[in-house]
Amino acid sequence: MITLKINGLDVSVEKGTTILEAAEFIGFPIPTLCHMDGLTPYGACRLCVVEIGEGKKAKLVSSCTYPVEEGLKVRTSSKRVVRARRMVIELLLASCPQSKTIQDIASTYGVRTQRFKQEYDDCILCGRCVRMCEEQMMAKAIGFQNRGEKRSIGTPFDTKSDVCRLCGGCMYVCPVCELRCTYNQPEKAICGGCANLFAPCVEKDNFDDMMCYMNPCVACEIPKE
Amino acid sequence: MKSTGKKKKRTVISDEPDNCTEEDVKEADILAIVRKHDGARGGLIAMLEGIQQKYGYLPENALRILSNATGRSLVDIYGVATFYRSFTLHPRGKHLVTACLGTACHVRAAPRIVEELEQQLGIKASETTPDRNFTLETVNCLGACALGPVVVIDGHYFSKVKTAGIKKLIEEARNGFPDEKMLEREFAFPVEASCPQCHHSLMDAGNIIEGYPSIRVDISAGEKSGWLRLVSLYGSRGFESEHELPVGESVAFFCPHCKARIAGTTLCTECEATMAGIRIGEGALLQICERRGCDGCRLELDAVKSQV
Ligand code: FES
Ligand code: FES
Repeated sequence: MITLKINGLDVSVEKGTTILEAAEFIGFPIPTLCHMDGLTPYGACRLCVVEIGEGKKAKLVSSCTYPVEEGLKVRTSSKRVVRARRMVIELLLASCPQSKTIQDIASTYGVRTQRFKQEYDDCILCGRCVRMCEEQMMAKAIGFQNRGEKRSIGTPFDTKSDVCRLCGGCMYVCPVCELRCTYNQPEKAICGGCANLFAPCVEKDNFDDMMCYMNPCVACEIPKE
Repeated sequence: MKSTGKKKKRTVISDEPDNCTEEDVKEADILAIVRKHDGARGGLIAMLEGIQQKYGYLPENALRILSNATGRSLVDIYGVATFYRSFTLHPRGKHLVTACLGTACHVRAAPRIVEELEQQLGIKASETTPDRNFTLETVNCLGACALGPVVVIDGHYFSKVKTAGIKKLIEEARNGFPDEKMLEREFAFPVEASCPQCHHSLMDAGNIIEGYPSIRVDISAGEKSGWLRLVSLYGSRGFESEHELPVGESVAFFCPHCKARIAGTTLCTECEATMAGIRIGEGALLQICERRGCDGCRLELDAVKSQV
């Protein structure tokens, strides 16, 4: 057993547990995105950052990949952690503003401003689908390809895979494509927040309830009959 | 790193059968490569390199065969093959033109160079001309930023390239680069040798070795004595001799004119044999190891010496 301090409380956990699991065990929630029970930790999204150590040596680590150490001092929502997390959220939001999952995390953390250009990508490269396909479905039909800017997920040679059984597991675990904001097609809208309320740019007060992050403003984009 | 990379590319180009298509991929060839690298464990990159060497690129079929033979999933292999810039999934042209778009080259108008290359070749970056002659690629820094903008054609580096010179470069590449360019690349250059004692020239214009006038000295080794002619190309090891010189044997060098021993000032740093000293041009002493088969040599500039 290893004893560590999380937010000042002593926790004893098995050797090999991650900080994330230890924190969940004692009841401190840590937001995650690329982490999923049953899949190996990957540490891609950095949403689960926590601060470890003290004073000058304190540093930010991703809790989902960091194994507990004896006497470790962890802070799960110090000022520094929250700042870093909000930055991560802002960046995720810029790459996939349509993802309802990401929008919700953003509203939880009260992210109001968006300093980065929205890219409208449909993938944040969290690798959940890749791990799902390999570890749970034992297929290995999809994987990462290229690198840097061009990194993407797909089947080899972008053709129909021989090993894919069309189980749909990859789509099921995707945090971006499962719930998509369909903004300017209100008939298909899943939350409809923007359609039901006045435009946030006009009625600033409503913004608090809506937490919509689309840019250009969705309410303005909705075709009016 | 740089020079080996270059060489590899060259061999790839010469090995490449001109119209290699997907059908030409033979299962046996791939299996041979797998066996060579003990495909069961590791060595994926080495195997991919082997395939690329053989076909000039990584054909889809070859990767599928590789996947079956090694039991690795195609996804993993494809991931590695697309990760590294040196692998290509499409056949490359006979000549590979690489333009640097790194920061330093970028600010020196590399984008315009690339544009010009694209225009001259009629293709976009990372494409191959329909006649399979040229492939244009861009890279992000070749580590020669001070020389930017840098363009590399078939392993020849061109520095401070101007848009006006592109046409000529491509023409030159099409006709194959002249040989001196290659020699320059290997850091070999012809030298003028003379005796350090009597300053008499040692050049022997009547005897040409490897295309250059030779350097003639007298040698003696034990009982034997005779002449020795060296290639007057700094960096080359070629020579001719009156007697058989077994590898490892040391000989003494003498001037054929003043008959003085032309000994160097130090012992060879490689094998500690004696070195011979030959004057090169106006102000340098070239010391070469007197033992056959040893590559030890040392060039001293007088200017540097007097300063010290
Ligand atoms: S959940 Fe830890 S990095 Fe994504
Ligand atoms: S930027 Fe071109 S060589 Fe470094």
